[in-house]
Amino acid sequence: MLYAIETSGITKRFEEVTAVNNISISVKPGELFGLLGPNGAGKTTLINMLSTMVEPSGGNALVWGHDVVKEADLVRQNIGVVFQDTTLDDRLTGRENLDLHGRLYGLDGKTRKKRTQDVLSLVELTERADFIVKTYSGGMMRRLEIARGLMHHPKVLFLDEPTLGLDPQTRLHIWEYIHKLNKEEGVTILLTTHYMEEADRLCDRIAIIDYGQIVALDTPQDLKNMLGGDVITLGLEDPGDVGRLCSSYQKDGCANIVEGKQNEVFITVNNGERQIPHILALASQAGIPIISVSLRKPTLDDVFIHYTGRAIRDKEVSGMEEVGYKMRSRRK
Amino acid sequence: MNPGRAAQTVYTMWLREMIRFSRSKSRIIGALVTPLFFLIILGTGFSSAFQVRGGGTFDKSYLAPGLIGMSVLFASLMGGVSIIWDREFGFLKEILIAPVSRFFVSLGKAIGGVTTAMIQGILIMIIARLIGVQYVSFWGVLAGICVMFISGIGFIGLGIAIASKIESHEGFQMVMSFLTMPLVLLSGAFFPITNLPGWLKILVYANPLTYGVEALRYFLLGKSTISIWLSIAVLVIFSIAMISLGGKLFGKMRV
Repeated sequence: MLYAIETSGITKRFEEVTAVNNISISVKPGELFGLLGPNGAGKTTLINMLSTMVEPSGGNALVWGHDVVKEADLVRQNIGVVFQDTTLDDRLTGRENLDLHGRLYGLDGKTRKKRTQDVLSLVELTERADFIVKTYSGGMMRRLEIARGLMHHPKVLFLDEPTLGLDPQTRLHIWEYIHKLNKEEGVTILLTTHYMEEADRLCDRIAIIDYGQIVALDTPQDLKNMLGGDVITLGLEDPGDVGRLCSSYQKDGCANIVEGKQNEVFITVNNGERQIPHILALASQAGIPIISVSLRKPTLDDVFIHYTGRAIRDKEVSGMEEVGYKMRSRRK
Repeated sequence: MNPGRAAQTVYTMWLREMIRFSRSKSRIIGALVTPLFFLIILGTGFSSAFQVRGGGTFDKSYLAPGLIGMSVLFASLMGGVSIIWDREFGFLKEILIAPVSRFFVSLGKAIGGVTTAMIQGILIMIIARLIGVQYVSFWGVLAGICVMFISGIGFIGLGIAIASKIESHEGFQMVMSFLTMPLVLLSGAFFPITNLPGWLKILVYANPLTYGVEALRYFLLGKSTISIWLSIAVLVIFSIAMISLGGKLFGKMRV
C-alpha cells in the first residue's frame, strides 16, 4: 500500500450544490495532511465521505487500502474520527465513554483497561476520567474525543476542525497532542481547519480547498515560497523620490518585484532579512532618505488570497459557529 | 459479522442504556408516581361506582394490569424514540461510524429500553401488590413479565421506526401526544371492553396495547375478555413486525 488515503476524482453533489468537486489527493502513511479552506468549502463533506458517513456521488477513495463504499467496515475498523460537533454521551463519565467505544470496536477487557489509561494520560484527563462528561469544559470534551478516537489504534485519524471554538491556550495544547500522536505513534492524520496558523504549524502538506476544489497543494513553506518571497516596505520622506528609487532597484536586479505607491516602495525578495542591508545601501547611494523599513514574511493568508482572490476570513461566520459547539452540548 | 462481535455490540448498547437509566433517578420516580396516582385514586373512585358485568367491581385490581401496560408502553416508546436525542446530541455518529452492524446496534438499544420498561412495570406490579392487589399465582406473575417483554419490544421497535423517520426533536412531541394518549385510552386500561359500542370496539381491538393489557389481566388476575391465545399471537406478530421495521429504517438512517 503506497498511500494511507488516496482519492481519485471524488465528488459529492447535493441537490443544488456540488460540495466536493473532483478531488484527487494522496496522503502518505505517517503524514499529517491538512485541508485548509473557508467554511462551506467542502472540507467536512470530504471527511464524511472518507470516513464512510456519506456516499460519494462520483469518483472513488481508498482509505488504508480499502474502498470507502465497497469495504466500509474495513475502513471503519482502521480509522478514528473526531467530528466538528461533540459526539460524546454526556450522561456518562469520560472513562465510560472510552470503555463503550472500546467494546464497539471489539477490544477485550484487558486491552480496554490499558488503552483507556494510555489515551487518558496522553490528553491529560486521567484525573477527570470518572466525572460525568456534562461537567467538562469545551476543551476537555475535545480532548476526550481525541482520546476516544485513538482507543482502537486507528491507522488513520480524521480531525474535523479540532480546535474550533477553543481558547488560545487549549488550542496550543491540542496542537501538541496532535503533533505527538503523529510523530510518536505514527498515526496518519487528515485534519481540516480554517485557521491558517494551525495548518502552517502542524501540517506536513496542505491542500487549499475552495468551492469544493483544490486550488493549491504543497508543503506550507513551498506554498509561501510560490508567492515570490518576502516583502520589504520602505517609507520615503518625499513621494517624488519613489520613481527614481524603484528604477534603481530594477536596474540592480536584487528584487523579484518592485512596486511604488504614494510614499512607499514594496520590494519582493528572497531571504528578506539578508537583503535589507543591501537595499538600504542602494538607497543611500542614490541619496534618497528612508524614514521606515519593515519586513513581512508571506503567510498562508497571502497564499489563499493569491489563489482565490479573497481572504479566507471574508466568508467566515466564526462568532456564531464557535458558540454553536458549546450550545449544542449544553442544550440537553 | 461473527456471533461474538454481534453479542458484544448488543451488550454494549444495552450497557449504555442501563448506565443512563441508573443515573436518571428523577425519571424513574416520575415514571412510578403517575401510575400510582391512577391506581389509588381512580381505583378507589371506580370501585365505588362501577360493576363489571359478570360480577366483581371495577377496582384497583382491575386497573393494575392496565397501568403496568401503560408504563411499559411509555418506557419502551421513549426508549426507541431516544434515538432522536442521540442524533441531536451527536452520539449517534459515534455509533454509526463504528465497524458494527446497525441491526445489532438497534437490537441492543431495544433490549436496553425493554429492560428499563420491565423494571418499571415490575416495580408497579410490586407496589400494586403492596396496596392490596391479589395476583393469582407466582407463575402468572412470571408469565406477566414475559408479556411485558414481548409488548415492550414491539413498542420500542415502533419508537425506533418513528425516530428514524422524524427529522427533528420538535416533531417528536407531536408524535408522542398523537400516539401515546390514544393508545392508552383505547386499550381498555381504564374501562372494561366487554360491552362497547361498535366504533369504539373496532378501535380498541385494532390497538396492540389492548392485547398486552388483556394478556396481563389473564396472567395476573386469572380473567380476561380476549382469549389469551389470541392476545399472545397478536403481541408476538406485532413485536416481530415492529422490531423488523425499526431495524430496517434505522439501517437506512442518515445523520
